[in-house]
Amino acid sequence: MAKVHTTHEPVILMSKRGEMLPAWKAWGIRVIAFFLSLIVSGIVIMMVSGLNPAAVFATMVDGAVGTSKRSWVTVRDAMTLLCIAVGLAPAFKMRFWNIGAEGQILVGAIASAACMIYFKNLPTPILLLTMIISSLIAGGVWGFFPGLFKARWNTNETLFTLMMNYIAIQLTSYFVALWENPFGSNTVGVINSQGKQGWLPNLFSDGYNKDFGWNVIIVLTVTLIMYLYMNHSKHGYEIAVIGDSENTARYAGIRVNKAYVRTIVFSGAICGLAGFVAVSGASHTISTSTAGGRGFTAIIVAWLAQFNSVVMIIFSFLLVFLQKGAQAIASTYNLSQEVSEMITGIILFFLLGSEFFVNYTIRFNKGKGANK
Amino acid sequence: MIALASCAIKMENVTKRFGKVVANAHINLELREGEILSLLGENGSGKTTLMNQLSGIYFPDEGQIYVHDKPVTIASPKDAFDNGIGMIHQHFKLVDVFTATENIVLGLEGEGKFDLKAASAKISEICEKYGFDIKPDQKIYDMSVSQKQTVEIVKVLFRGADILILDEPTAVLTPQETDKLFDIMRAMKKDGKSLIIITHKLHEVLDVSDRVAVLRKGEYIGDVLTKDANQQSLTDMMVGHSVTLNIDRPEPKDPKPRLEIKNLTVYDELGVKRLDDVTFTAMGGEILGIAGVAGSGQKELLESIAGLYPIRSGEILFHDPEGGTQKDLVGMDPLDIKKTGVGMAFVPEDRLGMGLVGTMGMTGNMMLRSWRKGKGLFVDKKEPEQLANTIWKDLEVVTPSTSFPVRRMSGGNVQKVLVGREIAQEPAVLMSAYAVRGLDINTSYTIYNLLTAEKMKGVAVIYVGEDLDVLLELCDRLVVLCGGQVSGVVDARKITKEEVGLLMTQHRKEGA
Repeated sequence: MAKVHTTHEPVILMSKRGEMLPAWKAWGIRVIAFFLSLIVSGIVIMMVSGLNPAAVFATMVDGAVGTSKRSWVTVRDAMTLLCIAVGLAPAFKMRFWNIGAEGQILVGAIASAACMIYFKNLPTPILLLTMIISSLIAGGVWGFFPGLFKARWNTNETLFTLMMNYIAIQLTSYFVALWENPFGSNTVGVINSQGKQGWLPNLFSDGYNKDFGWNVIIVLTVTLIMYLYMNHSKHGYEIAVIGDSENTARYAGIRVNKAYVRTIVFSGAICGLAGFVAVSGASHTISTSTAGGRGFTAIIVAWLAQFNSVVMIIFSFLLVFLQKGAQAIASTYNLSQEVSEMITGIILFFLLGSEFFVNYTIRFNKGKGANK
Repeated sequence: MIALASCAIKMENVTKRFGKVVANAHINLELREGEILSLLGENGSGKTTLMNQLSGIYFPDEGQIYVHDKPVTIASPKDAFDNGIGMIHQHFKLVDVFTATENIVLGLEGEGKFDLKAASAKISEICEKYGFDIKPDQKIYDMSVSQKQTVEIVKVLFRGADILILDEPTAVLTPQETDKLFDIMRAMKKDGKSLIIITHKLHEVLDVSDRVAVLRKGEYIGDVLTKDANQQSLTDMMVGHSVTLNIDRPEPKDPKPRLEIKNLTVYDELGVKRLDDVTFTAMGGEILGIAGVAGSGQKELLESIAGLYPIRSGEILFHDPEGGTQKDLVGMDPLDIKKTGVGMAFVPEDRLGMGLVGTMGMTGNMMLRSWRKGKGLFVDKKEPEQLANTIWKDLEVVTPSTSFPVRRMSGGNVQKVLVGREIAQEPAVLMSAYAVRGLDINTSYTIYNLLTAEKMKGVAVIYVGEDLDVLLELCDRLVVLCGGQVSGVVDARKITKEEVGLLMTQHRKEGA
């Protein structure tokens, strides 16, 4: 006969929420998580470095948005990141794991740089348009092959897109060598630094903040288009259905393979456009670090925003803000970059963890259960 | 509720909430020593939730559980086992590449080296005692559904359970297998075990149990001795008001060939023949039932017709009710079929994995059939929204809104959404696979009535079912499948259940 077991009652009870939380509550939880993460990272900073956390946070804010120049750099980088994340959205929504944004950015950047170098005599609007189109095509081509192989032979797109990155990096090295300027520097240097051909022009200038605005307009337009595409277009609907269940998609008469190729080409093209934004709107040069890991960071942005391109605006700003802030801490207090990366890690941990509280409720057992 | 025999399990005032939803409200349930208790209730009435609190999956918010009259705390599946409670879940939790023995001992704790031989011997002993037909060293992937279920039962017996809970155990079994399971349950009862069976099928309740406890909307309605109950009285208790239990079967209306299947043969990905020279005709204005043991080719047949399964040879001829020429659907995908103007509705077996998009609400799911409509890049959401609202109202779907994800609805409501959408297409052919699987009685009858109404509109309805009683009451003709072949096309009004059962296991003689 079974012995009667005496375990203690669980103190914490977790259960899936019966109904969905209203949006404002869900966002409330996320905001609370953000502030909690600041407190925890403050404690960590104190323990590790003995510095006053308030001062450290102030440095972060100062480093990210302390001057209008810094604000602009933060905005500019956030826009590039946003563009990549927006590009990833359709692929990821379809459960096509596009890890190849790095490569798609690079080939887009190469295409833009090539236009700047070889067509610098074209009138500015036409040159810019050529750059945009060629970067879109380059990124699209980079997405086309993994998509085609996935559709035809069901190859693993994660590995395929990842390996395409290495090809793109090698290709970039080749072009850097080809376009080397000045000779022997092993860099391309600032392209068209005299005439500024192919640079995104100033939208409004406050003297030294060059190129202010156009990145923002291009990327926000793309974001808006993507939002409409994903939520209101027939293609967007196909993507959502395929992402949920391929069988349902086939059942509904969706040609899944065609949709795969089309979507990944689109996704790659937008990532290629991010390469254009990075070259023409920011660095005006190209190197193997033009993508700089942003193709991966953007995956976090896309997931955090649950593939909603408008929400991605918030998260790309947050991530870039943290990055800039972390760099500022590192240089101001002579801390190693790792400490500042820890802070980013803590904040991301809290943000991702908060999703649990959005989906589950937690209650504490008052211990009445057993002795009625 | 005065217990004469002592209680194997007594639940006192048990309450379980999920957020605002009260799944179980102050339930008092008794399982007497050595009895078989049926736990009966509509979809979402809280049966499984209640049992999960006995098996340690959920912990009650309020209330007390007694096992053999001693108060206990069951906070984990391990606690449940320590108290001798074993639950056989609806979905088997077995490792396919392991043997029966390996699955049974999986997760057991013990000192030193584990003696697999001794375990194997003990399993053989249990099997012999109750007449189970599994071998300890047989791999799970070699087993039939019923054998897998047996492994689950042996698993809990092996761990010394004397209280067994079976969650809808007959949902996946043939009539013969069900009978065998009931014999096993009776043998276990004779051996002094106490059992709870959760089921929707009333004739099974009456067949196997000693007492019936009824839940409705999370509340305990009462219990009756099985000998004092009948189908009608149980249904009334369960639903709360009187329900008619007879399926209305009008004569077929002007039956004319609608879909002619000729010599259809298909192979699966691994090159195994799934359908072998299948020939039959589905008429407009009748319900054609497809009977057969699970996995006899039902799924492949419907998917072939729907354009979702590669066809090796044969013809699928569609006769347009509006007149015109016959169309061969072989080689078309669902989009081609739609473009050809064939009104084909399909309620697949895998509702959320094929028929619906789980993460979308009703409106998004209505769009599955209409999203391509209209020119231009953008989808029209207004029409699907209206359709969703109509179905929501007409079929009494329980959902907070038309945007609430369907996968979070209960099974019956999911099926209403799916069937409602398919009927709204005004099809010429309506195929359904296991349309009432897992549904409560009320919803099942709603579905039967909807199908019959389609039949009276002149639609060719194809109904793949597993409950022979229903097939014989609902359908006009039956096609019996056995191992991918048609073993008989019979008049459902004239044939008996036993004869169909024989056809289901009898292969057609070759040659002749």
